[in-house]
Order: sequence, then C-alpha cells, then structure tokens
Amino acid sequence: MTTYYSKDHEWISVDGDVATVGITAYAQEQLGDVVYVELPEAGKQLSQGDEAAVVESVKAASEVYAPIDGEVVAANNVLADEPAKVNEDPEGAAWFLKLKVGNADQLSELMDEAAYKAYVETL
Amino acid sequence: MADNVADSDLKQTPLHDLHTELGARMVPFAGYSMPVQYKSGIMAEHQHTRTKAGLFDVSHMGQALLTGPDHETTARALEALTPSNFVELGRGRQRYTVLLNEEGGIIDDLMVTRPVSEEDDGKLMLVVNAARKEVDYAHFRANLPENVELQVLEDRALIAVQGPEAVAAVAAHAPEAAELAFMSAAPMEFDGIACHIARAGYTGEDGVEMSVPAGAAEAIARALLADNRVEPVGLGARDSLRLEAGLCLYGHDIDETTSPVEGAITFCMQKRRREEGGFPGAERIQSELKDGPGRIRVGLALDGKAPAREGAEIALPDGPVVGTVTSGGFAPTVGAPIAMGYVPANHAATGTRLELIVRGRRLPATVADMPFVPNRYYRKPKS
Repeated sequence: MTTYYSKDHEWISVDGDVATVGITAYAQEQLGDVVYVELPEAGKQLSQGDEAAVVESVKAASEVYAPIDGEVVAANNVLADEPAKVNEDPEGAAWFLKLKVGNADQLSELMDEAAYKAYVETL
Repeated sequence: MADNVADSDLKQTPLHDLHTELGARMVPFAGYSMPVQYKSGIMAEHQHTRTKAGLFDVSHMGQALLTGPDHETTARALEALTPSNFVELGRGRQRYTVLLNEEGGIIDDLMVTRPVSEEDDGKLMLVVNAARKEVDYAHFRANLPENVELQVLEDRALIAVQGPEAVAAVAAHAPEAAELAFMSAAPMEFDGIACHIARAGYTGEDGVEMSVPAGAAEAIARALLADNRVEPVGLGARDSLRLEAGLCLYGHDIDETTSPVEGAITFCMQKRRREEGGFPGAERIQSELKDGPGRIRVGLALDGKAPAREGAEIALPDGPVVGTVTSGGFAPTVGAPIAMGYVPANHAATGTRLELIVRGRRLPATVADMPFVPNRYYRKPKS
C-alpha cells in the first residue's frame, strides 16, 4: 500500500485497484473545527481535479478534489454524523471516500510523503 | 483555506506581538493583520466566551471624538447624519446608531458615547468599523458644521472582554467596572492606567469594551490573560458569536443600499427622530416605518447540518429565488447551522418555511426569531 499527496492537501492511499482518499493533517489544521462533510454517492465517476467532497469548518467551505480519475465505491458516512473526526484522525479513520482507480498513471504526478512535507514547509 | 499572508502593507494593532506569541493564526482583515483564531480553535474560543470570558483585540476599529461648544450643538450635528436621539442621551450613556446617506442607506454602523463628566459636555466619542473609518471620517468632515470638529484618536487601542465572567475579571483591576450599567461608560483606572470602559459588546454576553492608551494595551491584555477565566478569542469566534446574537456585520448584513428598517435595526431610532425626521433619507425611512419595508433581514434556522454561507440564495419552497443570505455558518452554541438574510416582507414572519440553495441543493430552513442565543446583557438591579 502506497500513499501519495496532492498540492490541494488530499492524501490517496492505493491498495490494488482501490484508493482511499482523505485530507491531510496539515489541511485539517488549516481548516480548524470541521462541522459538516458532504460526501459523494457510490457509483459517481470522478475525473482528476473534480470536486469529490466538501468539508465545512466553522468559518468556510472547502472542496476536496479527486486526486486521480476513478469511480466512487464507498463514502465514509460516519463523517456525516461525526464531522469532528476529520480533526481528530484525518489520515486514518476520517477517510472521505474510496475510488476504483481509473488511471494509475496519474499517481506519478502526485507527491510522496517526503515531498509533501517539503511542500508544506514552503507554505 | 485561510492564507497566512505576510503582507507588509498590512497595519498592525498594538497587540500584534502578543497575538503571535500566543500562537494566533493571523489573517488580513480590513487592512490589518488580525488574529482569526488562537491555538484552541474557533469552537473552543466561542464556547469559552459563552461560559467564562473571551478577550478580543478590536483595536483595528476607529476611535474618534466629535467636539463642539456644548452638548446640544454636537448632538444636533450628529443627529443631522443619523436617525438616533443624541440630544437627550444622558451623560455616561452609550448608543448604537448608523450614518445614513441621502437615500437612507447605511454608510456605517457605530457606537456613540457621551462622556460622563460635565466638563466634557460638547464631546461625543465614536467607535466605527475598521473597513469604513476613512469613508466615515471624510463624511463627517464634509458634513459637520464649522463649530463641531472631528478628532481621530490614533493612539488608542480597544480591547473587548466578553462573557459571564468578563466583568468580574476586569473589575479585579478596575473595580468601578462592576458598577457600570449596560450601555454606559466611564473613565477609570485599570491597574493605575487611565482607560475608558463601556459595558457593551458584540456577543450577546455581558462584558466591556476598553479604550486604552496604545502603549499600555499589551500590559492590560497580559494582566487580563493571567486570569484563568480569560482566554484570547479571534475574529472567527467573534463572527460566530455575533451571528448567534443576531447582530449585523457591516458590509454583509447592512450596507449603503439597506435602510435601518430593512436591516431590522430600528431600535437605533428613538421616537422623537422617527416622528420628526430631519435625517438623511428620512422620506424613505419614514415611509418604510409606516407601510413596512419591501424586504427585511430575518434569521434563518436550517433543518439539516449543512451550513449556508453568505451569498446563498433564499427561495420559496419548490419556488423562485426571493432573497440572499448575508451571513451564515455553524452556530457552536446552538449546535446547528444558522443564517441571516433578506426576504420580501410577506415571507418574513417567524415560522415561514423557505429553502436555501447551497451548491445547487435546496436546504429547508425556517424564519427564526433573533437572537438565536438569548442575550445576557447586564441589567442593573433596581435599588
């Protein structure tokens, strides 16, 4: 299982042909208290860069983008009732959605953990 | 996501270094670098203010003085620009008002205080919004009579302390603060530093706003923060607190197109002024008072959990768009999303069912009474 990171602060963890997507610890820190999460329906086809979900903090709404093409196979509906989990465990239990990988080549455009850490340092 | 803009053009308040030391996330706001939140976050800061006491840096707001030969002259000069009664404002009393343009639209909303001392008769103290101060000052300078002057107070900071324990915390350093009635003010010493303290605020809670010498602001803030009842609170929680209190944010809920009647802030207009008129836009405002405005600001309670933000359209159920949300978000004390916006007067009754359109989806909502959280302003017991 390999994890990649986008410049929009999504993480994507790939296991076979299924990828789990969430937002990074840095992203939740920037957002502050998460109060609402809007998730996609299973079966939805997403292209890289499409709006996959919306996360709302006390202050503002932010989009979560699909880091690669794929079909939504599951959404973490626990977040609908417990949005604060995004602040507590963003890179673990508070994943947003699972995608059936549509184009594995797009993963090479993303960062690995070291590169993402270096990227965050520049912000 | 909020940007951490380190913009050298941004002005700093006298508490800037303290904010960064306290771990605040600073953002550009009305030309200033201001704390949006501290380490504990907006939700915790909001709840702390509702249960104990929050300290807010509001030094970016404009402080100014109108000075004329006597109270009557200065009060009449301000009455010519606003719809409130200042002639009969008592010494040491504070009043909320609006500067009006010729069409009865709101140039800014502001707090006006008549000093408590007889020697200061002829002076009125003003606190105006940061983003509007240059507009306001130009408007005053262009419209005041020759014998009334505007003096901008540059060397003052403004610190608000709000919450059920706020006055007790301030009174530990300035005992006279405990004696103030709501919407009244007096000069007093805070640990020996000359301050002007008003019992008022923006959160719906009891509390004070302290005008202090810029050079002493940090010492005063540190003294208050040393009290474990007091925590620093940023712009984020200030916004959620005032939204729950049903109070207008200038440039969002009221602006140059909205009248005080549309904005549902007619409490700033006392009886004599409503009847006599004699303020800018009186014709429109008096006719709106008589016949009702075409549109009016209302509170909105959402059924679900998704917040509706400023700019979301307001529609009739399965019907056309009839208005716009001007402020909205998650209300930490209510535990649900709330909003305010303008709707036609015939859809403004409490309990009216409406829909708010968020990202193309229609979210059911109900017109709700404001404030969303009951206010707890201090009422002096009758002696």
